[in-house]
Amino acid sequence: MMAETKKIATRESFGLALCELAKEHPEIVVLDADLAAATKTDIFKKAYPDRFFDCGIAEGNMIGVAAGLASCGKVPFAASFAMFATGRAYEQVRNSVGYPHLNVKIAGSHAGITVGEDGATHQCCEDLALMRTIPGMVVLNPADHYEMTAAVKAAYEYNGPVYIRLGRLAIESFNDPENYTFEIGKAVTLKDGTDATVIATGLVVNEARKAVQALEEKGMNIRLLNMHTIKPIDKDAVIKAAKETGRIITVEEHNVIGGLGEAVCAITAENCPVPVTRIGVEDTFGHSGPALGLLAEFGLDAAGLEKRITEILK
Amino acid sequence: MDNQELLELKKNACKVRRYTIEGVFNAKSGHPGGSLSAADIITYLYFKEMNVDPQNPKDPKRDRFVLSKGHCCPALYGALALKGYFPADEIKSLRHIGAMLQGHPDMKHTPGVDMSSGSLGQGISAACGMALAAKYDGSDYRVYAMLGDGECEEGQVWEAAMFAAHNRLDNLCVIVDFNGLQIDGTVSDVAGLEPIDTKFASFGFEVITIDGHDFEQIENALDQAKTVKGKPTAIIAKTVKGKGVSFMENQVGWHGKAPNADEYKIAVEELDAQLKALEA
Repeated sequence: MMAETKKIATRESFGLALCELAKEHPEIVVLDADLAAATKTDIFKKAYPDRFFDCGIAEGNMIGVAAGLASCGKVPFAASFAMFATGRAYEQVRNSVGYPHLNVKIAGSHAGITVGEDGATHQCCEDLALMRTIPGMVVLNPADHYEMTAAVKAAYEYNGPVYIRLGRLAIESFNDPENYTFEIGKAVTLKDGTDATVIATGLVVNEARKAVQALEEKGMNIRLLNMHTIKPIDKDAVIKAAKETGRIITVEEHNVIGGLGEAVCAITAENCPVPVTRIGVEDTFGHSGPALGLLAEFGLDAAGLEKRITEILK
Repeated sequence: MDNQELLELKKNACKVRRYTIEGVFNAKSGHPGGSLSAADIITYLYFKEMNVDPQNPKDPKRDRFVLSKGHCCPALYGALALKGYFPADEIKSLRHIGAMLQGHPDMKHTPGVDMSSGSLGQGISAACGMALAAKYDGSDYRVYAMLGDGECEEGQVWEAAMFAAHNRLDNLCVIVDFNGLQIDGTVSDVAGLEPIDTKFASFGFEVITIDGHDFEQIENALDQAKTVKGKPTAIIAKTVKGKGVSFMENQVGWHGKAPNADEYKIAVEELDAQLKALEA
Protein backbone atom coordinates (compact mmCIF):
# COMPACT_ATOMS: atom_id res chain seq x y z
CA MET A 1 0.00 0.00 0.00
CA MET A 2 1.29 3.44 -0.84
CA ALA A 3 1.74 5.34 2.38
CA GLU A 4 2.32 8.67 0.75
CA THR A 5 1.66 9.89 -2.75
CA LYS A 6 3.46 13.23 -2.56
CA LYS A 7 6.88 12.97 -4.17
CA ILE A 8 9.91 14.17 -2.27
CA ALA A 9 13.63 13.93 -3.06
CA THR A 10 15.78 12.23 -0.45
CA ARG A 11 18.01 15.34 -0.36
CA GLU A 12 15.03 17.27 0.96
CA SER A 13 14.21 14.53 3.44
CA PHE A 14 17.83 14.81 4.57
CA GLY A 15 17.58 18.58 5.14
CA LEU A 16 14.34 18.19 7.08
CA ALA A 17 15.73 15.34 9.19
CA LEU A 18 18.79 17.37 10.11
CA CYS A 19 16.60 20.18 11.41
CA GLU A 20 14.57 17.79 13.47
CA LEU A 21 17.63 16.14 15.02
CA ALA A 22 19.35 19.45 15.66
CA LYS A 23 16.59 20.54 18.02
CA GLU A 24 17.79 18.15 20.68
CA HIS A 25 21.45 17.89 19.79
CA PRO A 26 23.39 21.15 19.92
CA GLU A 27 26.61 19.37 18.93
CA ILE A 28 25.24 18.86 15.41
CA VAL A 29 26.71 21.35 12.96
CA VAL A 30 26.35 21.41 9.19
CA LEU A 31 28.91 22.23 6.54
CA ASP A 32 28.34 22.75 2.85
CA ALA A 33 30.44 23.72 -0.15
CA ASP A 34 28.30 26.34 -1.88
CA LEU A 35 25.56 23.87 -2.69
CA ALA A 36 23.21 24.40 0.25
CA ALA A 37 20.28 25.14 -2.03
CA ALA A 38 20.90 21.90 -3.91
CA THR A 39 21.84 19.55 -1.07
CA LYS A 40 18.99 21.06 0.97
CA THR A 41 21.17 21.94 3.90
CA ASP A 42 19.68 25.38 3.32
CA ILE A 43 16.68 24.14 5.31
CA PHE A 44 19.04 23.69 8.26
CA LYS A 45 20.84 26.95 7.52
CA LYS A 46 17.57 28.84 7.76
CA ALA A 47 16.64 27.23 11.07
CA TYR A 48 20.12 27.28 12.62
CA PRO A 49 22.24 29.95 10.94
CA ASP A 50 24.82 29.87 13.75
CA ARG A 51 25.38 26.17 13.31
CA PHE A 52 25.80 26.25 9.56
CA PHE A 53 29.17 26.88 7.91
CA ASP A 54 29.51 27.42 4.21
CA CYS A 55 33.01 26.39 3.23
CA GLY A 56 32.74 27.70 -0.30
CA ILE A 57 33.74 25.67 -3.32
CA ALA A 58 36.53 23.87 -1.49
CA GLU A 59 35.43 20.34 -0.65
CA GLY A 60 38.81 19.06 0.48
CA ASN A 61 39.05 21.76 3.13
CA MET A 62 35.43 21.18 4.14
CA ILE A 63 36.14 17.55 4.98
CA GLY A 64 39.22 18.54 6.96
CA VAL A 65 37.29 21.20 8.87
CA ALA A 66 34.66 18.58 9.65
CA ALA A 67 37.40 16.29 10.99
CA GLY A 68 38.69 19.06 13.26
CA LEU A 69 35.20 19.83 14.52
CA ALA A 70 34.59 16.15 15.23
CA SER A 71 37.88 15.89 17.15
CA CYS A 72 36.47 18.59 19.44
CA GLY A 73 33.20 16.77 20.11
CA LYS A 74 30.97 18.23 17.44
CA VAL A 75 28.94 16.02 15.10
CA PRO A 76 29.42 17.61 11.69
CA PHE A 77 27.31 16.72 8.67
CA ALA A 78 29.27 17.80 5.59
CA ALA A 79 27.30 17.95 2.37
CA SER A 80 28.12 18.41 -1.28
CA PHE A 81 27.37 16.62 -4.51
CA ALA A 82 28.35 12.95 -4.30
CA MET A 83 30.86 13.59 -7.07
CA PHE A 84 32.82 16.11 -5.03
CA ALA A 85 32.24 14.85 -1.50
CA THR A 86 33.49 11.35 -2.34
CA GLY A 87 35.43 11.89 -5.55
CA ARG A 88 37.31 15.14 -5.29
CA ALA A 89 37.66 14.86 -1.53
CA TYR A 90 38.26 11.10 -1.46
CA GLU A 91 41.68 11.36 0.06
CA GLN A 92 40.58 13.85 2.70
CA VAL A 93 37.75 11.52 3.63
CA ARG A 94 40.16 8.61 3.74
CA ASN A 95 42.97 10.22 5.71
CA SER A 96 41.37 12.98 7.80
CA VAL A 97 38.11 11.19 8.63
CA GLY A 98 38.45 7.45 7.94
CA TYR A 99 41.90 6.77 9.37
CA PRO A 100 41.24 8.51 12.72
CA HIS A 101 37.66 7.13 12.63
CA LEU A 102 36.23 10.55 13.40
CA ASN A 103 32.56 11.14 13.94
CA VAL A 104 31.90 12.91 10.64
CA LYS A 105 28.81 12.34 8.51
CA ILE A 106 29.28 12.95 4.80
CA ALA A 107 26.25 13.50 2.63
CA GLY A 108 26.58 13.12 -1.14
CA SER A 109 23.69 14.56 -3.03
CA HIS A 110 22.90 14.36 -6.74
CA ALA A 111 24.16 10.80 -6.86
CA GLY A 112 23.65 8.58 -9.87
CA ILE A 113 22.34 9.34 -13.34
CA THR A 114 19.11 10.93 -12.07
CA VAL A 115 21.04 14.17 -11.69
CA GLY A 116 19.68 14.52 -15.20
CA GLU A 117 20.47 17.46 -17.44
CA ASP A 118 23.80 18.41 -15.84
CA GLY A 119 25.27 15.32 -17.43
CA ALA A 120 28.21 13.02 -16.83
CA THR A 121 30.54 15.36 -14.92
CA HIS A 122 27.98 15.59 -12.14
CA GLN A 123 26.42 12.12 -12.32
CA CYS A 124 28.40 10.24 -9.72
CA CYS A 125 28.07 6.49 -10.18
CA GLU A 126 31.22 5.68 -8.22
CA ASP A 127 30.53 7.06 -4.75
CA LEU A 128 29.44 3.81 -3.14
CA ALA A 129 32.53 2.07 -4.50
CA LEU A 130 34.86 4.79 -3.24
CA MET A 131 33.33 5.01 0.22
CA ARG A 132 33.08 1.29 0.85
CA THR A 133 36.82 0.84 0.36
CA ILE A 134 37.55 3.00 3.40
CA PRO A 135 37.97 0.89 6.56
CA GLY A 136 35.32 1.59 9.18
CA MET A 137 33.14 3.71 6.91
CA VAL A 138 29.40 3.08 7.10
CA VAL A 139 27.72 3.54 3.72
CA LEU A 140 23.99 4.24 3.58
CA ASN A 141 21.77 4.57 0.53
CA PRO A 142 18.17 5.24 1.65
CA ALA A 143 15.35 4.62 -0.77
CA ASP A 144 12.64 7.08 0.19
CA HIS A 145 11.64 9.88 2.52
CA TYR A 146 10.93 7.75 5.56
CA GLU A 147 14.06 5.71 5.17
CA MET A 148 16.19 8.82 4.77
CA THR A 149 14.66 10.38 7.87
CA ALA A 150 15.48 7.25 9.86
CA ALA A 151 18.93 6.90 8.29
CA VAL A 152 19.98 10.42 9.26
CA LYS A 153 19.01 9.68 12.84
CA ALA A 154 20.85 6.35 12.77
CA ALA A 155 23.91 8.03 11.28
CA TYR A 156 23.88 10.54 14.13
CA GLU A 157 23.52 7.81 16.73
CA TYR A 158 26.41 5.82 15.28
CA ASN A 159 29.76 7.01 16.60
CA GLY A 160 32.04 7.06 13.57
CA PRO A 161 32.23 8.08 9.93
CA VAL A 162 29.14 7.60 7.78
CA TYR A 163 28.48 8.30 4.13
CA ILE A 164 24.86 8.94 3.15
CA ARG A 165 23.82 9.02 -0.48
CA LEU A 166 21.14 11.55 -1.42
CA GLY A 167 19.16 11.80 -4.63
CA ARG A 168 18.13 14.88 -6.56
CA LEU A 169 14.95 13.47 -8.09
CA ALA A 170 11.63 13.76 -6.26
CA ILE A 171 10.36 10.23 -5.72
CA GLU A 172 7.39 8.43 -4.21
CA SER A 173 7.57 7.23 -0.63
CA PHE A 174 6.69 3.55 -0.42
CA ASN A 175 7.64 2.69 3.14
CA ASP A 176 4.89 2.78 5.73
CA PRO A 177 5.93 5.34 8.37
CA GLU A 178 3.83 3.58 11.01
CA ASN A 179 5.69 0.30 10.80
CA TYR A 180 9.06 1.28 9.44
CA THR A 181 12.22 0.60 11.42
CA PHE A 182 15.76 1.27 10.28
CA GLU A 183 18.83 -0.50 11.52
CA ILE A 184 22.29 0.07 10.04
CA GLY A 185 23.39 -3.14 8.35
CA LYS A 186 19.98 -4.78 8.34
CA ALA A 187 18.27 -5.31 4.97
CA VAL A 188 14.52 -4.81 4.74
CA THR A 189 12.52 -7.61 3.13
CA LEU A 190 9.93 -5.82 1.06
CA LYS A 191 8.48 -8.97 -0.40
CA ASP A 192 9.10 -12.64 0.20
CA GLY A 193 9.55 -15.06 -2.66
CA THR A 194 11.19 -18.32 -3.69
CA ASP A 195 12.06 -18.15 -7.42
CA ALA A 196 14.84 -15.59 -7.13
CA THR A 197 15.88 -12.59 -5.04
CA VAL A 198 16.18 -9.04 -6.24
CA ILE A 199 18.42 -6.94 -4.01
CA ALA A 200 18.04 -3.25 -4.70
CA THR A 201 19.39 -0.09 -3.12
CA GLY A 202 18.50 3.58 -3.06
CA LEU A 203 16.35 5.37 -5.54
CA VAL A 204 15.76 2.28 -7.70
CA VAL A 205 14.27 0.20 -4.87
CA ASN A 206 10.83 1.52 -5.68
CA GLU A 207 11.35 0.76 -9.37
CA ALA A 208 12.38 -2.77 -8.48
CA ARG A 209 9.38 -3.04 -6.17
CA LYS A 210 7.03 -2.20 -9.02
CA ALA A 211 8.80 -4.59 -11.38
CA VAL A 212 8.65 -7.45 -8.91
CA GLN A 213 4.96 -6.78 -8.25
CA ALA A 214 4.20 -6.85 -11.97
CA LEU A 215 6.12 -10.11 -12.32
CA GLU A 216 4.18 -11.60 -9.40
CA GLU A 217 1.03 -11.08 -11.40
CA LYS A 218 2.70 -13.04 -14.21
CA GLY A 219 3.36 -15.92 -11.86
CA MET A 220 6.95 -15.20 -10.81
CA ASN A 221 7.48 -15.38 -7.08
CA ILE A 222 10.47 -13.08 -6.43
CA ARG A 223 11.89 -11.98 -3.11
CA LEU A 224 12.82 -8.31 -2.82
CA LEU A 225 15.38 -6.97 -0.40
CA ASN A 226 16.00 -3.29 0.18
CA MET A 227 19.71 -3.07 0.95
CA HIS A 228 19.86 0.45 2.38
CA THR A 229 23.23 -0.23 4.01
CA ILE A 230 25.98 -0.97 1.52
CA LYS A 231 28.50 -1.29 4.34
CA PRO A 232 28.36 -3.12 6.66
CA ILE A 233 26.20 -5.11 4.26
CA ASP A 234 23.65 -7.58 5.61
CA LYS A 235 25.62 -10.74 4.88
CA ASP A 236 23.07 -13.02 6.55
CA ALA A 237 20.23 -11.74 4.39
CA VAL A 238 22.29 -12.31 1.24
CA ILE A 239 23.32 -15.85 2.24
CA LYS A 240 19.75 -16.67 3.20
CA ALA A 241 18.48 -15.38 -0.13
CA ALA A 242 21.12 -17.37 -2.00
CA LYS A 243 20.26 -20.56 -0.14
CA GLU A 244 16.50 -20.20 -0.30
CA THR A 245 16.03 -18.76 -3.79
CA GLY A 246 19.18 -19.90 -5.63
CA ARG A 247 19.39 -16.84 -7.84
CA ILE A 248 20.19 -13.20 -7.14
CA ILE A 249 19.79 -10.06 -9.18
CA THR A 250 21.14 -6.76 -7.85
CA VAL A 251 19.80 -3.37 -8.87
CA GLU A 252 21.62 -0.09 -8.27
CA GLU A 253 21.87 3.37 -9.78
CA HIS A 254 25.64 3.05 -9.69
CA ASN A 255 28.41 1.52 -11.73
CA VAL A 256 28.13 -2.27 -11.61
CA ILE A 257 31.79 -2.14 -10.63
CA GLY A 258 32.39 -1.59 -6.94
CA GLY A 259 28.88 -1.08 -5.65
CA LEU A 260 26.07 -3.23 -4.28
CA GLY A 261 26.39 -5.87 -7.00
CA GLU A 262 30.01 -6.64 -6.31
CA ALA A 263 29.46 -6.55 -2.56
CA VAL A 264 26.74 -9.19 -2.98
CA CYS A 265 28.93 -11.24 -5.34
CA ALA A 266 31.71 -11.33 -2.77
CA ILE A 267 29.34 -12.75 -0.17
CA THR A 268 27.82 -15.39 -2.43
CA ALA A 269 31.18 -16.41 -3.90
CA GLU A 270 32.65 -16.96 -0.46
CA ASN A 271 29.64 -18.50 1.24
CA CYS A 272 27.05 -19.88 -1.11
CA PRO A 273 27.87 -19.60 -4.80
CA VAL A 274 24.74 -18.96 -6.86
CA PRO A 275 24.35 -17.06 -10.14
CA VAL A 276 24.25 -13.30 -9.55
CA THR A 277 23.38 -10.75 -12.21
CA ARG A 278 24.29 -7.12 -11.57
CA ILE A 279 21.93 -4.55 -13.01
CA GLY A 280 23.23 -0.98 -12.90
CA VAL A 281 25.26 1.47 -14.89
CA GLU A 282 27.39 -0.72 -17.14
CA ASP A 283 30.84 0.80 -16.60
CA THR A 284 29.98 3.85 -18.63
CA PHE A 285 29.47 7.56 -18.07
CA GLY A 286 26.02 9.08 -18.09
CA HIS A 287 24.93 11.99 -20.20
CA SER A 288 22.45 14.87 -20.24
CA GLY A 289 18.74 14.36 -20.33
CA PRO A 290 15.68 14.37 -18.10
CA ALA A 291 16.17 12.14 -15.05
CA LEU A 292 13.26 9.81 -15.77
CA GLY A 293 14.28 9.52 -19.41
CA LEU A 294 17.78 8.51 -18.34
CA LEU A 295 16.46 6.02 -15.83
CA ALA A 296 14.46 4.38 -18.64
CA GLU A 297 17.38 4.55 -21.07
CA PHE A 298 19.67 2.81 -18.59
CA GLY A 299 17.01 0.17 -17.97
CA LEU A 300 16.61 1.11 -14.34
CA ASP A 301 12.94 2.11 -14.34
CA ALA A 302 10.21 -0.38 -13.42
CA ALA A 303 9.47 -1.32 -17.04
CA GLY A 304 13.12 -1.81 -17.89
CA LEU A 305 13.73 -3.87 -14.76
CA GLU A 306 10.68 -6.02 -15.40
CA LYS A 307 11.92 -6.79 -18.90
CA ARG A 308 15.47 -7.48 -17.81
CA ILE A 309 14.51 -9.65 -14.84
CA THR A 310 12.20 -11.66 -17.08
CA GLU A 311 15.07 -12.27 -19.52
CA ILE A 312 17.48 -13.23 -16.74
CA LEU A 313 15.07 -15.70 -15.18
CA LYS A 314 13.99 -17.33 -18.46
CA MET B 1 61.74 35.08 29.17
CA ASP B 2 64.63 34.97 31.62
CA ASN B 3 67.98 33.36 30.98
CA GLN B 4 67.10 30.26 32.95
CA GLU B 5 63.96 29.67 30.88
CA LEU B 6 65.89 30.24 27.68
CA LEU B 7 68.53 27.77 28.76
CA GLU B 8 65.89 25.16 29.63
CA LEU B 9 64.26 25.58 26.24
CA LYS B 10 67.59 25.18 24.49
CA LYS B 11 68.32 22.04 26.48
CA ASN B 12 64.91 20.59 25.75
CA ALA B 13 65.25 21.38 22.05
CA CYS B 14 68.57 19.57 22.09
CA LYS B 15 66.93 16.55 23.71
CA VAL B 16 64.12 16.64 21.14
CA ARG B 17 66.77 16.58 18.40
CA ARG B 18 68.50 13.69 20.17
CA TYR B 19 65.22 11.73 20.24
CA THR B 20 64.66 12.55 16.59
CA ILE B 21 68.00 11.07 15.58
CA GLU B 22 67.51 8.08 17.86
CA GLY B 23 64.04 7.36 16.47
CA VAL B 24 64.98 7.70 12.84
CA PHE B 25 68.18 5.69 13.29
CA ASN B 26 66.38 2.81 14.96
CA ALA B 27 63.60 2.93 12.41
CA LYS B 28 66.17 2.92 9.60
CA SER B 29 63.86 5.40 7.87
CA GLY B 30 62.00 8.63 8.51
CA HIS B 31 62.48 12.34 8.09
CA PRO B 32 65.27 13.91 10.14
CA GLY B 33 65.78 17.13 8.13
CA GLY B 34 62.40 18.75 8.67
CA SER B 35 62.15 17.38 12.20
CA LEU B 36 65.36 19.13 13.15
CA SER B 37 64.30 22.39 11.52
CA ALA B 38 61.00 22.29 13.45
CA ALA B 39 62.48 21.19 16.77
CA ASP B 40 62.91 24.61 18.39
CA ILE B 41 59.37 25.74 17.60
CA ILE B 42 57.81 22.45 18.71
CA THR B 43 59.83 22.60 21.90
CA TYR B 44 58.69 26.14 22.61
CA LEU B 45 55.06 25.20 21.96
CA TYR B 46 55.08 22.26 24.38
CA PHE B 47 57.33 23.73 27.07
CA LYS B 48 56.28 27.36 27.13
CA GLU B 49 53.34 28.23 24.96
CA MET B 50 50.56 25.70 25.08
CA ASN B 51 48.15 24.98 27.87
CA VAL B 52 48.43 21.20 27.89
CA ASP B 53 48.64 18.51 30.53
CA PRO B 54 50.24 15.15 29.73
CA GLN B 55 48.19 13.63 32.55
CA ASN B 56 45.00 14.74 30.84
CA PRO B 57 45.78 14.65 27.12
CA LYS B 58 42.12 14.76 26.06
CA ASP B 59 41.17 17.78 28.17
CA PRO B 60 38.53 19.56 26.06
CA LYS B 61 39.90 22.94 27.12
CA ARG B 62 43.51 22.25 26.12
CA ASP B 63 45.32 24.07 23.37
CA ARG B 64 45.71 21.97 20.23
CA PHE B 65 48.68 21.33 18.01
CA VAL B 66 48.37 19.89 14.51
CA LEU B 67 51.57 18.83 12.83
CA SER B 68 50.32 19.31 9.30
CA LYS B 69 53.80 18.41 8.05
CA GLY B 70 53.21 15.05 9.67
CA HIS B 71 56.37 13.38 8.37
CA CYS B 72 58.30 15.45 10.92
CA CYS B 73 56.69 13.54 13.79
CA PRO B 74 60.05 12.35 15.18
CA ALA B 75 60.43 15.85 16.64
CA LEU B 76 56.84 15.85 17.90
CA TYR B 77 57.30 12.42 19.47
CA GLY B 78 60.49 13.66 21.09
CA ALA B 79 58.69 16.62 22.62
CA LEU B 80 55.74 14.48 23.76
CA ALA B 81 58.04 11.93 25.38
CA LEU B 82 60.06 14.64 27.07
CA LYS B 83 56.87 16.24 28.32
CA GLY B 84 55.73 12.92 29.78
CA TYR B 85 52.90 11.82 27.49
CA PHE B 86 54.50 8.40 27.13
CA PRO B 87 57.75 6.67 28.09
CA ALA B 88 60.78 7.72 26.04
CA ASP B 89 61.48 4.03 25.34
CA GLU B 90 58.75 4.19 22.71
CA ILE B 91 61.02 6.33 20.54
CA LYS B 92 63.27 3.35 19.81
CA SER B 93 60.40 1.42 18.26
CA LEU B 94 59.28 4.25 15.99
CA ARG B 95 57.97 2.80 12.71
CA HIS B 96 58.36 -0.79 13.91
CA ILE B 97 55.61 -3.39 13.53
CA GLY B 98 53.21 -3.13 16.46
CA ALA B 99 54.71 0.15 17.67
CA MET B 100 52.61 2.96 19.08
CA LEU B 101 54.63 5.56 17.19
CA GLN B 102 53.61 5.40 13.55
CA GLY B 103 55.51 6.82 10.59
CA HIS B 104 53.05 9.70 10.60
CA PRO B 105 51.02 10.98 13.59
CA ASP B 106 48.14 8.75 14.70
CA MET B 107 45.73 10.42 17.10
CA LYS B 108 44.00 7.13 17.86
CA HIS B 109 47.00 5.53 19.48
CA THR B 110 49.47 8.20 20.54
CA PRO B 111 48.66 10.27 23.62
CA GLY B 112 49.16 13.95 22.94
CA VAL B 113 48.64 13.74 19.19
CA ASP B 114 45.62 15.95 18.49
CA MET B 115 45.17 15.04 14.83
CA SER B 116 46.27 12.26 12.54
CA SER B 117 48.22 13.88 9.76
CA GLY B 118 50.81 13.29 7.13
CA SER B 119 48.95 13.68 3.89
CA LEU B 120 50.14 17.20 3.19
CA GLY B 121 47.70 20.08 3.22
CA GLN B 122 45.13 18.31 5.38
CA GLY B 123 46.26 19.24 8.88
CA ILE B 124 45.62 22.94 8.49
CA SER B 125 41.99 22.22 7.57
CA ALA B 126 41.52 20.12 10.69
CA ALA B 127 43.12 22.92 12.70
CA CYS B 128 40.53 25.29 11.22
CA GLY B 129 37.80 22.90 12.38
CA MET B 130 39.24 22.85 15.89
CA ALA B 131 39.45 26.64 16.01
CA LEU B 132 35.90 26.87 14.72
CA ALA B 133 34.76 24.44 17.43
CA ALA B 134 36.35 26.69 20.07
CA LYS B 135 34.48 29.69 18.68
CA TYR B 136 31.26 27.68 18.56
CA ASP B 137 31.67 26.62 22.18
CA GLY B 138 32.84 30.01 23.38
CA SER B 139 35.98 28.27 24.58
CA ASP B 140 39.27 30.14 24.72
CA TYR B 141 41.75 27.45 23.74
CA ARG B 142 44.12 28.15 20.89
CA VAL B 143 45.04 26.02 17.92
CA TYR B 144 48.51 25.79 16.42
CA ALA B 145 49.19 24.24 13.03
CA MET B 146 52.70 23.69 11.75
CA LEU B 147 53.13 23.46 7.99
CA GLY B 148 56.11 22.81 5.82
CA ASP B 149 57.07 25.35 3.19
CA GLY B 150 56.88 22.70 0.49
CA GLU B 151 53.51 21.69 1.92
CA CYS B 152 52.19 25.13 1.03
CA GLU B 153 52.27 24.04 -2.60
CA GLU B 154 49.13 22.00 -1.81
CA GLY B 155 45.97 23.78 -2.92
CA GLN B 156 44.15 22.71 0.22
CA VAL B 157 46.43 24.94 2.31
CA TRP B 158 44.98 27.94 0.54
CA GLU B 159 41.41 26.67 0.75
CA ALA B 160 41.99 26.44 4.48
CA ALA B 161 43.68 29.85 4.62
CA MET B 162 40.67 31.42 2.92
CA PHE B 163 38.35 29.63 5.34
CA ALA B 164 40.34 30.68 8.42
CA ALA B 165 40.35 34.36 7.50
CA HIS B 166 36.72 34.32 6.38
CA ASN B 167 35.65 32.85 9.70
CA ARG B 168 37.87 35.27 11.63
CA LEU B 169 39.70 32.45 13.39
CA ASP B 170 41.98 34.60 15.53
CA ASN B 171 42.48 31.60 17.80
CA LEU B 172 44.38 29.88 14.98
CA CYS B 173 48.10 30.31 14.58
CA VAL B 174 49.73 28.79 11.52
CA ILE B 175 53.47 28.31 11.66
CA VAL B 176 55.32 27.65 8.43
CA ASP B 177 58.62 25.87 8.97
CA PHE B 178 60.37 27.60 6.11
CA ASN B 179 63.54 25.57 5.70
CA GLY B 180 63.67 26.12 1.97
CA LEU B 181 64.12 22.50 0.95
CA GLN B 182 61.81 19.76 -0.25
CA ILE B 183 62.36 16.28 -1.66
CA ASP B 184 63.12 17.28 -5.22
CA GLY B 185 65.33 20.24 -4.38
CA THR B 186 65.05 23.77 -3.10
CA VAL B 187 61.52 25.10 -2.76
CA SER B 188 62.38 27.96 -5.09
CA ASP B 189 63.60 25.53 -7.76
CA VAL B 190 60.68 23.12 -7.46
CA ALA B 191 57.72 25.48 -7.31
CA GLY B 192 56.79 29.13 -7.35
CA LEU B 193 55.78 29.36 -3.71
CA GLU B 194 57.35 32.66 -2.78
CA PRO B 195 56.59 35.29 -1.72
CA ILE B 196 54.79 33.36 0.99
CA ASP B 197 54.37 36.23 3.47
CA THR B 198 52.35 38.39 1.12
CA LYS B 199 50.37 35.34 0.02
CA PHE B 200 49.18 34.73 3.57
CA ALA B 201 48.67 38.47 4.10
CA SER B 202 46.52 38.72 0.99
CA PHE B 203 44.44 35.80 2.25
CA GLY B 204 43.69 37.86 5.35
CA PHE B 205 46.32 36.68 7.83
CA GLU B 206 48.44 38.69 10.19
CA VAL B 207 51.93 37.69 9.08
CA ILE B 208 55.04 37.63 11.24
CA THR B 209 58.41 36.53 9.88
CA ILE B 210 60.99 35.25 12.33
CA ASP B 211 64.14 33.23 12.75
CA GLY B 212 62.64 29.89 13.75
CA HIS B 213 65.64 28.94 15.85
CA ASP B 214 65.60 32.08 18.02
CA PHE B 215 63.46 31.41 21.09
CA GLU B 216 62.97 35.09 21.84
CA GLN B 217 61.66 35.72 18.36
CA ILE B 218 59.45 32.64 18.62
CA GLU B 219 58.07 33.92 21.91
CA ASN B 220 57.48 37.43 20.62
CA ALA B 221 55.69 36.17 17.53
CA LEU B 222 53.43 33.79 19.46
CA ASP B 223 52.67 36.51 22.02
CA GLN B 224 51.86 38.96 19.25
CA ALA B 225 49.59 36.39 17.61
CA LYS B 226 47.50 36.26 20.77
CA THR B 227 46.83 39.98 20.57
CA VAL B 228 45.57 39.82 16.98
CA LYS B 229 41.80 40.01 16.86
CA GLY B 230 39.47 39.09 14.02
CA LYS B 231 41.98 37.26 11.88
CA PRO B 232 44.34 34.31 12.03
CA THR B 233 48.10 34.65 12.26
CA ALA B 234 50.75 33.06 10.08
CA ILE B 235 54.28 32.91 11.44
CA ILE B 236 56.82 32.38 8.70
CA ALA B 237 59.70 30.79 10.55
CA LYS B 238 62.94 30.85 8.60
CA THR B 239 64.78 27.70 9.60
CA VAL B 240 67.66 25.48 8.65
CA LYS B 241 66.77 22.00 7.52
CA GLY B 242 68.75 19.50 9.54
CA LYS B 243 69.54 22.12 12.21
CA GLY B 244 71.84 20.91 14.97
CA VAL B 245 73.54 18.08 13.09
CA SER B 246 76.35 19.58 11.04
CA PHE B 247 76.29 17.23 8.08
CA MET B 248 72.51 17.33 7.76
CA GLU B 249 72.19 21.11 7.72
CA ASN B 250 70.83 22.54 4.48
CA GLN B 251 71.16 19.21 2.70
CA VAL B 252 68.23 18.10 0.54
CA GLY B 253 69.34 14.49 0.88
CA TRP B 254 68.48 14.41 4.58
CA HIS B 255 64.80 15.08 4.00
CA GLY B 256 63.80 11.44 4.27
CA LYS B 257 66.82 9.30 5.06
CA ALA B 258 68.07 7.65 8.22
CA PRO B 259 71.69 7.97 9.29
CA ASN B 260 73.85 4.85 9.15
CA ALA B 261 75.73 3.72 12.25
CA ASP B 262 78.71 5.99 11.63
CA GLU B 263 76.55 8.99 10.86
CA TYR B 264 74.38 8.24 13.89
CA LYS B 265 77.45 8.24 16.10
CA ILE B 266 78.60 11.62 14.80
CA ALA B 267 75.11 13.13 15.11
CA VAL B 268 74.71 11.93 18.67
CA GLU B 269 78.17 13.15 19.64
CA GLU B 270 77.40 16.58 18.24
CA LEU B 271 74.05 16.83 20.01
CA ASP B 272 75.47 15.50 23.27
CA ALA B 273 78.25 18.06 23.06
CA GLN B 274 75.68 20.82 22.52
CA LEU B 275 73.70 19.63 25.52
CA LYS B 276 76.81 19.36 27.65
CA ALA B 277 77.80 22.90 26.73
CA LEU B 278 74.34 24.13 27.72
CA GLU B 279 74.49 22.26 31.01
CA ALA B 280 77.93 23.58 31.83
